[in-house]
Amino acid sequence: MSTSVTATEREGYCGHLLRPGNTNCAGCGMSLGLQWVGEALGEEAKPTLVIPACCGIVTAGAFPTTSYGVPTAASTFASAASVGTGITAVADMNDDPHPVVCWTGDGGTYDIGMATISAAAERNENMIYICYDNEIYGNTGGQRSSATPEGVATSTTPKGKIERKKDIMGIMAAHKIPYAATLSVAHRDDFLRKVRKARDMEGFRFLLIMSPCPTGWKSEPSESTEIIRSAVRCGLFPVYEVFEGMRYRINIKPDGLPVQEYMKSQRRYTKADVDPAAMTKQIEKKWLFLNAMSEMFPAEYD
Amino acid sequence: MARALVTGNHAAGYTLAVAGEANRNARGCAAGAYPITPQTEIIEFLRGFNFAKGRIVPVESEHSAMGVCIGASLAGARSFTASSSNGLAYMTENIFAAGYYRLPIVMIAVNRTLGPPWNIWVDQGDSLALRDAAWLQFYAESHQELVDSILLGFRIAEDHRVMLPVMVAMDGFVTSHTLMGVDLPEQAQVDKYLPQCVVPHQLNFEHAMTVGGLTWPRETEHHRIEIQQAMERVPGVMAEAIDEFEKVFGRRPHGALTAEHTEDADTILVACNTMARTLRRVVETRRAKGEKVGMIKAKMFRPFPRDEFRKAIGSAKKVGILDRNHSPGSGGIFWTEIAAALQGHSNVLLQDYMVGLGGGDVTPKCIEEILDDLNKRTKADEPVFKEVAA
Repeated sequence: MSTSVTATEREGYCGHLLRPGNTNCAGCGMSLGLQWVGEALGEEAKPTLVIPACCGIVTAGAFPTTSYGVPTAASTFASAASVGTGITAVADMNDDPHPVVCWTGDGGTYDIGMATISAAAERNENMIYICYDNEIYGNTGGQRSSATPEGVATSTTPKGKIERKKDIMGIMAAHKIPYAATLSVAHRDDFLRKVRKARDMEGFRFLLIMSPCPTGWKSEPSESTEIIRSAVRCGLFPVYEVFEGMRYRINIKPDGLPVQEYMKSQRRYTKADVDPAAMTKQIEKKWLFLNAMSEMFPAEYD
Repeated sequence: MARALVTGNHAAGYTLAVAGEANRNARGCAAGAYPITPQTEIIEFLRGFNFAKGRIVPVESEHSAMGVCIGASLAGARSFTASSSNGLAYMTENIFAAGYYRLPIVMIAVNRTLGPPWNIWVDQGDSLALRDAAWLQFYAESHQELVDSILLGFRIAEDHRVMLPVMVAMDGFVTSHTLMGVDLPEQAQVDKYLPQCVVPHQLNFEHAMTVGGLTWPRETEHHRIEIQQAMERVPGVMAEAIDEFEKVFGRRPHGALTAEHTEDADTILVACNTMARTLRRVVETRRAKGEKVGMIKAKMFRPFPRDEFRKAIGSAKKVGILDRNHSPGSGGIFWTEIAAALQGHSNVLLQDYMVGLGGGDVTPKCIEEILDDLNKRTKADEPVFKEVAA
């Protein structure tokens, strides 16, 4: 079966954030994320993108073509937030209407870019920083990062990762930035609402997308969305937002789905023999914390 | 033009600031700034300057300082920063990125020894280690030359025939922290001298590009060839920039190198930065005694002015190079460059002296000893370490 796109239709894609013909794997959460971010920001707030080393820059394809329909700076690995700072500083002094969006993986955020993002957050730079977290160095073939969950098998943790996943939301909240939120690619309305909320604010805004990676997670591309849905349902991936680092708001509550339902379709979990009981205990504790935090500020603060 | 008694750091900070301010009717200026001895006063000056349209961002590392400069320049602003030693080493990835992005950033490198062991004094090894980063490099022997080189630097960097970043080096402490009388440019003069900064590949929505993405070997090769061609256009662009400088400021700055007493010289010594000033005193003393000795004051290291070196060395019999740097396993870095320039053109006796490493004081007596050693030689030897007096 072949699908043909007319010249007019192709022209219509030019302004899109992510255009057809990109090199992403089937079932990649980043593909969906880019399309929804583009849709939510809308025509009036088309972004300038800053993308460090990550799958997201491979997405562009090779010169002279690019899959990105907006101006895009490919930065060095640790530099998304600093290059973004330079662009947004000049944009602000010239009243440019376009927001600066850093589009980065977990390696560039949790690991090598940590100092840079922390400093940009501390300065409250006017940008939207989005991390699509696939919990591995996907671009280099699936090595562990500090975003990889405990127990998971990767190419550099063949017997399972010993260390816990870094709590990036806790770190960003500790910077008291105006807005930090987690986004699920299985919950479109909530996803779009949060991108628009971030768009309409100023200062440093941090969005964390749990981004399925069939290649690295050893899962079926067609099941990507359902895997994320089950991560939300079992409580492993809490969907919430934090205002000014203090005011927590939970957006989607887990429904008690056993964590085994999330793990069963990913060979990174099944072949590493992760203990579901221990994971369930961790999830319970995480939710005790989040529920307590969400009750700290009553509704009149919303 | 205001005559002022200022430190090298003050002169550099002031000149960067007025250059940034001169772009206020275009996209403005922006920079990342991070402290390191001995350049810190430069970024302090910039942070204290009241820009009409500019922002100096206090970042968390040199790597991010250059990151901010890259972003600012990609957004069409004039951009600049300063660093030294291990700061330059930490910044290195983004220094290469700035060169390969073809961004006209100007950076002051206040030369300081790379550690460990820890040492804060002058040595050109820090900036010379960045010779392959697609930046122009100027070495300034005085406060005045520093000011002039910064202004020339912006003018050449932002010229569309070049579009490459420029590093202006001065000696840590010997220049950065000492006072000299300097003609500091007025804002109106700099406004006149520096056209509005236009980055042709500025990020824009009319022609949305991905800057810095994947290229195949063939395109990458073309990219490097274009950078080489841009480097080869520098001498011509620099000559125009010097002429224009003279019209606006009433002074003529040094070019790529300055040959002094070389026409009839049997022996020539080569040096850059403040060593060149000390060398000048030695050469003039010896000339007064009737010795046929001359000197080359090196200013531009990238692009390396091979033709000008060949012409300046001419038919001299012996050339000694004072290298305040050390490339382990090779020798002095100016020496290898000059040897390459002379290859196939000259049989001159070329001897390298690595001297003043780690900030050792290169006195007139030390240079006299080098000159005496050179005069005694009948053939060149491997590069030698000339130790300075304690």
